[in-house]
Amino acid sequence: MLDVIDLDAYYGLSHILFGVCLRAARGEVVALLGRNGAGKSTTLKAIMGLVPPAAGRVIFRGEDITGKPPHVICRKGIGFVPEDRRIFPDLTVWENLEVGRSVEGNGERRWTAERAFELFPALKELARRRSDSLSGGEQQMLAIARTLMGNPDLLLLDEPSEGLAPLVVRTMAEHILRLKQAGITILLSEQNLHFATRVSDRAYILEKGRIQYEGGMAELSANAEVRRRYLMV
Amino acid sequence: MALFIVQLLTGLANAMFLFLVASGLSLIFGVTRIVNFAHGSFYMLAAYLASSLAAALPLGPASFYAAVVLAPLGVALLGGLIEVCLLRRIYRAPELYQVLLTFAVVLVIGDAVKFFWGTENRTGPSPPGLSGSVPILGQLFPTYDLAILLLGPLLALGLWWVLHRTRWGILIRAATSDREMVGALGVNQAWLFTGVFVLGTWLAGLAGALQMPRVALTTVMDSTVIVETFVVVVIGGMGSAFGALLGAVLIGVLQAFGILWLPREFQLAIIFILMAAVLILRPWGLLGRPETESGTAGEALRREVGGRLRPPRWVWAGILLALMVLPSLLPTFYVWVLVEILAFALFAGSLQLLVGTGGMLSFGHAAYFGLGAYGAALLMKQAALPMPVAFLLAPLVAAAAALFFGAFCVRLSGVYFAMLTLAFAQIAFAVVHQWYDFTGGDNGILGVWPAASLAAPVRYYYLALLAAVCGLSALWRVTGSPFGYTLRAARDHPRRCQAVGVNVRSHRLLAFGVAGFFAGLGGAVFAFAKGSVFPDYLSMPMSVQSLVMVLLGGIHALAGAPVGAAVYKLLDIVITKYTGYWQAVLGGILVFLVVAFPHGLVGFVQARWARMRASLG
Repeated sequence: MLDVIDLDAYYGLSHILFGVCLRAARGEVVALLGRNGAGKSTTLKAIMGLVPPAAGRVIFRGEDITGKPPHVICRKGIGFVPEDRRIFPDLTVWENLEVGRSVEGNGERRWTAERAFELFPALKELARRRSDSLSGGEQQMLAIARTLMGNPDLLLLDEPSEGLAPLVVRTMAEHILRLKQAGITILLSEQNLHFATRVSDRAYILEKGRIQYEGGMAELSANAEVRRRYLMV
Repeated sequence: MALFIVQLLTGLANAMFLFLVASGLSLIFGVTRIVNFAHGSFYMLAAYLASSLAAALPLGPASFYAAVVLAPLGVALLGGLIEVCLLRRIYRAPELYQVLLTFAVVLVIGDAVKFFWGTENRTGPSPPGLSGSVPILGQLFPTYDLAILLLGPLLALGLWWVLHRTRWGILIRAATSDREMVGALGVNQAWLFTGVFVLGTWLAGLAGALQMPRVALTTVMDSTVIVETFVVVVIGGMGSAFGALLGAVLIGVLQAFGILWLPREFQLAIIFILMAAVLILRPWGLLGRPETESGTAGEALRREVGGRLRPPRWVWAGILLALMVLPSLLPTFYVWVLVEILAFALFAGSLQLLVGTGGMLSFGHAAYFGLGAYGAALLMKQAALPMPVAFLLAPLVAAAAALFFGAFCVRLSGVYFAMLTLAFAQIAFAVVHQWYDFTGGDNGILGVWPAASLAAPVRYYYLALLAAVCGLSALWRVTGSPFGYTLRAARDHPRRCQAVGVNVRSHRLLAFGVAGFFAGLGGAVFAFAKGSVFPDYLSMPMSVQSLVMVLLGGIHALAGAPVGAAVYKLLDIVITKYTGYWQAVLGGILVFLVVAFPHGLVGFVQARWARMRASLG
């Protein structure tokens, strides 16, 4: 589904990503692990076209999407949920969903506000509320729901568990597994290894902008050496 | 009481026009982050267009109303064209270049109006069926204003409906808070921007067309309305259409009563005093949101051109030598041109310290240039000081004013900083313009000549050259000093600077004072060269001119300001020789320069130089 080949990226003059290669197969949940500043967010942003890749290629369903503008990449079927959620604070919950709604609806239209509310029932009662009054967990749900409204086949989740209460983290893991069941491929960046282990099939470890480890989630859990070296756990 | 009510209604009717123009400006700013100086030009163009259409259409009494509908549509179409052809190319350039481009559009539309409709004031046709008056509590009130009072709230309601009940409106509001995220959710920003620009210019055009029977149509309508609109938008909150309504009502009513009750000296200044007060107490406006750190002017200024061009010393020596020899070879007229260029080089160089090094976009730098000029003139005329003393003290007058105004300005950043500098400059302008006993009002002060020993053109030229060389090298020293580095650090990341113990505000304030000082020096040079001072020296067009010079040269290039000043002045002279429409030609050249050289002339040379050196290894 997604192939990232030798990706390089810069923020201004600082070189962030060095030849990042990763792939995600249809229906997989893939975790991108690493410490703060390792380049996880930048990788996701570069795939989404929010940070222009300086070198390398991003192939989505066999098509080269490197350097395309974000709205084009989104319409091809990649949804992005940013780390700080970036809810539109002046808009109501329902209006936030409306911004994400795909008007083109390639083929059958799959996601509607109703269906999003089925997945996240807590949002339904808040539909008419201004979204800046939402809690962190509610905002995270809204951010995911908003992205789903664009009918993505691949979901990029940037640190979905960050800043959430432990109980909320657990429900978030269930939500992600349910999205997987719905057939959505997911690439998520994470610092919370426990959370990543619960939801992911495979993992990459990123350090200083380079992929240092690649393997199944189960193998990583078994490999204490790698975990200690790169994740300090 | 009856007078009070009628005056209130008049104020509210005026407010409806301000609201239409301001809501358009606010929407455009909210989504595209462009401070659109051309907004008032669309208003003016629509007023003229509507008056001609009303006369030309063969529909009898209905022509008037057809014109009111058609003119704004035509103007909106033009706005859309300008967005697609020009603005779209430079959304990624620093915000300042966007301002420059919209200013170029102001120049071109201004001359187009002069070309097609002449420079004489025109009166629009009266509205058929609404041209009389109705008695209200025994006072006569124009029927047309009453109709406007009914139409205004309807339009506000319609705008609310579009913004809250249509998908397009929801996207506009979303983009106002985070346009990048809107793009990542699959919305094509380019068309959203175009749409908003068309809607915004349509609103301005509608106000202009509706205004046609109420006021005389003049070629300065554009600058009058844009300044008032800035005030309204700042008071209400940038990006908030309903803030615009609130701001418009406040300003409209305040002006209506100001005419009745306030002494003349305050009438012009009152709305700027209100604007300054709002900016000081609640910088993001009554209904706006505080600006997040991203998306401020500093953000855009961070991108510097790679590669520094450091010409060897002999280049400087050569330029200096040429400047020393030139006046004896040139006719007197050109000596005075050179003096003016030197004055403007100081003016632009000081602004560059603020804008380029400090990341503080000032829309009111002319205040300090003008106060330097007035300082020199008043010290000589009112305090009876000898000319050289007045010349030397004048920059201190400007610096003192800069430190006083700056103390309020440096508490803000980005567009709000720019707006507060504009407010203070307008207050200074209004005071100078209205205080006849002291400043001579709009008659200015005449007979401000240099002392006899300096009066010969070449001698005065050397004084100007000395001032410019000392001033510019001082400014460059400041830029390269630890203080200058701190300023740049504060420009690029104010919070990190504060975290390592830098008092960002006091550094900025000092820079503001230094910039004011050298602008004032430029003003003093200019005053004695012209032999007179006028309130125009402090006006907004003058501030914009200085920005144009800085941007022409390139904001990050040290040599940018003098080069920009020289190119601007020479263009002005050359073009004026061949055509009466020099503004339009200048505007066209500016458009070309901004689109072709988005880093300024010197920035362009530097980038070329860096590339050439890289390719040579």
